[in-house]
Amino acid sequence: MSGSLLEVDGVVKRFGGFTALNRVTLHVKPGERFGLIGPNGSGKTTLINCVSGSLHADEGRIRFAGQDITTLPPHRRTRLGIARSFQIPKPFTSMTVADNLGIPLEYAGHARHGGGAEAADILRDIGLEPKAHLRPAGLTQIEMRKLELARAMAARPKLLISDEAMAGLSSAEVDDILAILFRLSSQGITIIMIEHIMRAVMRFSERIVVLDAGERIAEGTPDEIVRNPAVEKAYLGE
Amino acid sequence: MRRAGLTLLVGLAVIAFGVVLARLRLNPYLYFAGYVILQYVVIATAWNILGGYAGYVNFGTPAFFALGAYTAVFLIRSMKAPLPVLILAGGLVAALLGLGIGYLTLRLRGTFFSIATLALSVVLQTMIINWEYVGGSRGISVIRPPGPPFGNYVVFLFTVMLALAVMAVLTARFIERSWIGRGLAALRDNEEAAECMGVPTLRLKLFATTVSGFLLGVAGAPFPYYVTFVEPNSAFNLDYAVNALAMPMIGGTTTWIGPVIGAVLLGSAQQLATVTISSEMNLFIVGVVLVAFVVLAPEGILGLVRRLRAR
Repeated sequence: MSGSLLEVDGVVKRFGGFTALNRVTLHVKPGERFGLIGPNGSGKTTLINCVSGSLHADEGRIRFAGQDITTLPPHRRTRLGIARSFQIPKPFTSMTVADNLGIPLEYAGHARHGGGAEAADILRDIGLEPKAHLRPAGLTQIEMRKLELARAMAARPKLLISDEAMAGLSSAEVDDILAILFRLSSQGITIIMIEHIMRAVMRFSERIVVLDAGERIAEGTPDEIVRNPAVEKAYLGE
Repeated sequence: MRRAGLTLLVGLAVIAFGVVLARLRLNPYLYFAGYVILQYVVIATAWNILGGYAGYVNFGTPAFFALGAYTAVFLIRSMKAPLPVLILAGGLVAALLGLGIGYLTLRLRGTFFSIATLALSVVLQTMIINWEYVGGSRGISVIRPPGPPFGNYVVFLFTVMLALAVMAVLTARFIERSWIGRGLAALRDNEEAAECMGVPTLRLKLFATTVSGFLLGVAGAPFPYYVTFVEPNSAFNLDYAVNALAMPMIGGTTTWIGPVIGAVLLGSAQQLATVTISSEMNLFIVGVVLVAFVVLAPEGILGLVRRLRAR
């Protein structure tokens, strides 16, 4: 199907005898706000790892902006325009917050010498500017999540994958992160949101795909997903 | 660019100072001991490019050092090759080994990588012990070329090692301040995140292991002419593995000056202990100092200075 930014076709991922992803197909359109949900262990993060390149799919193809990226290493995919945040923040601990952004700016965003001015711009946008010269160890939980998003943004992505950026945050903090993601979306960045906080995913997503036990069980608008009996069964059981 | 020129100038000034020292004809023991300290500056700096910048702890320093030394032995025996050729060849062979362990990082991280490098040293030593041409387990005598500059071969080797130390330190400093150094720091902090932020981690790791290996081989290449008798136990000495790790740890691993400080302090202390107390005190001193630093100042002398300044 043309017109998609990201095409995942029939991706299979096995760990030994366990099939984590079983022929998963999903297409994300340019500029879309896309939600990916499913119970714990349903394969969401595995799928994202296959898209970002941390894992290689055993079968199936992944295309991005018309190019087959199935076998590319992660850093090449980042340079093509796929950036992700990590569920458990993985900051560069020996560097300041600003220098954390310098790495993707220099390696994926083509800035020179750590791109100081660009890093400051991104930090201002996301509200981390006062912390620019701190080490990540001095950040609060929500600031750490913001750093994850800011660092992903510094790679100048076309597609941003937000892997549970809101888990464990308070309700006001969730709204804070949500506002940032809406703003990025309005700048034309395609966003895939993986989230357990239903209130956030339902509000944010234009389209949602549901995974359960490595299979795609539903796809539709938030309203359709809420009414889907298969989704209810996956989350609540019979 | 002008700052790079200035750095080069400082490097050349240090070498010139060494030549002046060589002409002064001080107590010969000073050159003899100075060579060892400078050799440790090269070793610690080389180790730190992989261990400090990239965070891959290499216990196999003796393997690289000895490979440089035995490449020299082979070339001396087979074709009486001149010293510059020995140094270059020793470096290149060790660089190849470095490239090899670079590919190990694909599968082995953290402690497992370190264990593999330790095994590497044992394997290589066994091979050398069984290779008669370079002396096998008995060792081999090497005759120094006649008519060295400064009238004495050890004094000459002292200046050569000083030049090599300057080269190694400049290389480390250049790497640290370039995009390569920033990428290595990123992968040291978190390899998966670095790769996902566009850092070609495998390529940078291969670069680090190769350059580190090259410099360790370079440090070992003049060794046969320095000792004139090479045998596996001295070339593969455990001292190299311990010192290569301890010196950067004591000085500070994140900058180029750390290993230099560590090598000069610890190297001098060892030389002093050797003459005043006993040659067996060497490793004891290293052990005590290392434990003290790991407990009290894990970021080395540089980290200590930084902490005091921040107060």
